[in-house]
Amino acid sequence: MSVELPARVNPIGRALSDAGVLAWRSLKRFPRTPDMLIYATIQPIMFVLLFAYVFGNAIPIPGFPGARAYREFLMSGIFAQTMAFAVASASVGLADDMSKGLIDRFRSLPMARSGVIAGRVIGDLVFNAFVMLIMVLCGFIVGWRWHNGFGQALAAFAILLLFAFAMLWVGALIGLSVGSAEVAASAGLIWLFPLTFLSNAFVPTPNLPSGLQPVAEWNPISSIVAACRHLFGNPSPFASPDGFPAQHPVWLSLIWCAAIILVFAPLAVRKYRSATTH
Amino acid sequence: MAAIEATGLVKTFKGRKTAVKALDGIDLDVPEGTVLGLLGPNGAGKTTAVRVLTTLLKPDAGTARVLGHDVVKEADTVRSLVGLSGQYAAVDELLTGRENLWMFGRLYRLSSRQAKQRAEELLATFDLTEAADRTLKTYSGGMRRRLDLAGSLIAHPKVLFLDEPTTGLDPRSRLDLWQIIRDRVREGVTILLTTQYLEEADELADSIAVVDHGSVIARGTADELKAKVGGERIEVVVHDQGDTVRALELLTDALGIADPEATTIEEHTRRITVPAPGGSSALVDVIRTLDAAAIRIADIGLRRPTLDDVFLTLTGHEAEEKESL
Ligand SMILES: Nc1ncnc2c1ncn2[C@@H]1O[C@H](COP(=O)(O)OP(=O)(O)O)[C@@H](O)[C@H]1O
Ligand SMILES: [Mg+2]
Repeated sequence: MSVELPARVNPIGRALSDAGVLAWRSLKRFPRTPDMLIYATIQPIMFVLLFAYVFGNAIPIPGFPGARAYREFLMSGIFAQTMAFAVASASVGLADDMSKGLIDRFRSLPMARSGVIAGRVIGDLVFNAFVMLIMVLCGFIVGWRWHNGFGQALAAFAILLLFAFAMLWVGALIGLSVGSAEVAASAGLIWLFPLTFLSNAFVPTPNLPSGLQPVAEWNPISSIVAACRHLFGNPSPFASPDGFPAQHPVWLSLIWCAAIILVFAPLAVRKYRSATTH
Repeated sequence: MAAIEATGLVKTFKGRKTAVKALDGIDLDVPEGTVLGLLGPNGAGKTTAVRVLTTLLKPDAGTARVLGHDVVKEADTVRSLVGLSGQYAAVDELLTGRENLWMFGRLYRLSSRQAKQRAEELLATFDLTEAADRTLKTYSGGMRRRLDLAGSLIAHPKVLFLDEPTTGLDPRSRLDLWQIIRDRVREGVTILLTTQYLEEADELADSIAVVDHGSVIARGTADELKAKVGGERIEVVVHDQGDTVRALELLTDALGIADPEATTIEEHTRRITVPAPGGSSALVDVIRTLDAAAIRIADIGLRRPTLDDVFLTLTGHEAEEKESL
């Protein structure tokens, strides 16, 4: 009757299997906390309405006249901001697991060190893909369209999810570093607002003070937004149209995502190894 | 062979200004198939000791081995051999009982089918089959604890660590849990359990180590420890202050107490205490003796030694609670 534990399993297979189990756990949880989806979508939907119908009229898009141009311009910014906020789902989730002692429990099991965070990240990625879908529908309703065919649009969505994936590792590090879910929620988001407002997400960079223009154009969020606008064929004005961010938006977005993952994934896993509930 | 052995474990938590020495040179030795009770007040270092022994925390100094494997150098091996049930039931509130156990089974590297089967076995053993498809949010404290314990038994561990397994439970659930722990002992599992209650250690443990400020201040069986405190005592409050001294003299004679040091007297509260080796039968003797001498009793009771008594005797200070961070 006794169940024998397999003595040796290949470590990569083990890491994948553990991440899979933890991702399954996350996916089981989402439908049981429907308020999470509401919180995750209500803020971006309000932003869409606010910018599309209120502020948008006061923000001209250089080189693209017409009211519709702003909505076309806006949606990529909304998508990127929504994906950036993925930070919160990972940080709150992991902080919650910490305070409930679950992290200690997982750490006492013979599982892969990356398993808990990787599972969380995968599960949250699926969740954010769902949020993304809702935002796309929202975009369609306010008149946003893609113009370069479905393939390029798909590439843009892939970049957005890659960005969410990168930001989830940032959230994981934050979640494991703070004591409670409440602190994690604010620590995960507080720096994101200035970061998104100092980008091209809502205001074209040529409209910003010239001192801020280079900062806003190299901002990782701007690079994601610019790559999406480029791939969707939406208006994408630049203050310095000959600069690297304007010339190679897709490359820059990929470089940023890779850099974030390379820095934060190892840090998060290292934090997990020493994380204790107290 | 010792299932658990630790020598000179030291662990200091450094804060911004202060440093807490949670473990200050703990030595432990638990023979295979026995139960060690780690007894101590809040903040004594019990949880920290369990964390070190289950590889969650690296000690600053000292070594520990579980079933012969070093907890630092062979952490992975140790993790696959032991079960841990922490101080707070660590289960996923949003998953059902069955889902929780399946998940833990998979993480112990069982196949999906094996994990399912093991979950069913454990649900049945722990009397949770009926609640198996409810999310943990709806479970009572006792049920959560049972599920948590079930989770730590998935891989049939030979060594089990239970950190305050019954703290916060109602008496009925506590008895249930005691029974579950005794069943594991009968299966030959070695257990290290921590507790704040002498009674619990007495019920379950073969030997007890009393911890205070991160070190072991006494070891022995429950009986040996109780003997140190003087066993059970009778406490009498007489009605008239003038009777206090006379009552003590009468009782010393009647109970044949050889050592006057073993008794206490507080005249202003009219309270005397005497050892009661015979337990409740001595209580009858006391009442008879005082009644025959026409001394009126305001209050009388049998006091079992508590952890507080053990502490008072061993350290000379009460088991104070250290502030937790
Ligand atoms: N992670 C931690 N950081 C700082 N101090 C800690 C930490 N864990 C425990 N302590 C401190 O170490 C001491 C022992 O704690 P603990 O082992 O939890 O005691 P017990 O389990 O016996 O109540 C306490 O003073 C506690 O505040
Ligand atoms: Mg404790």
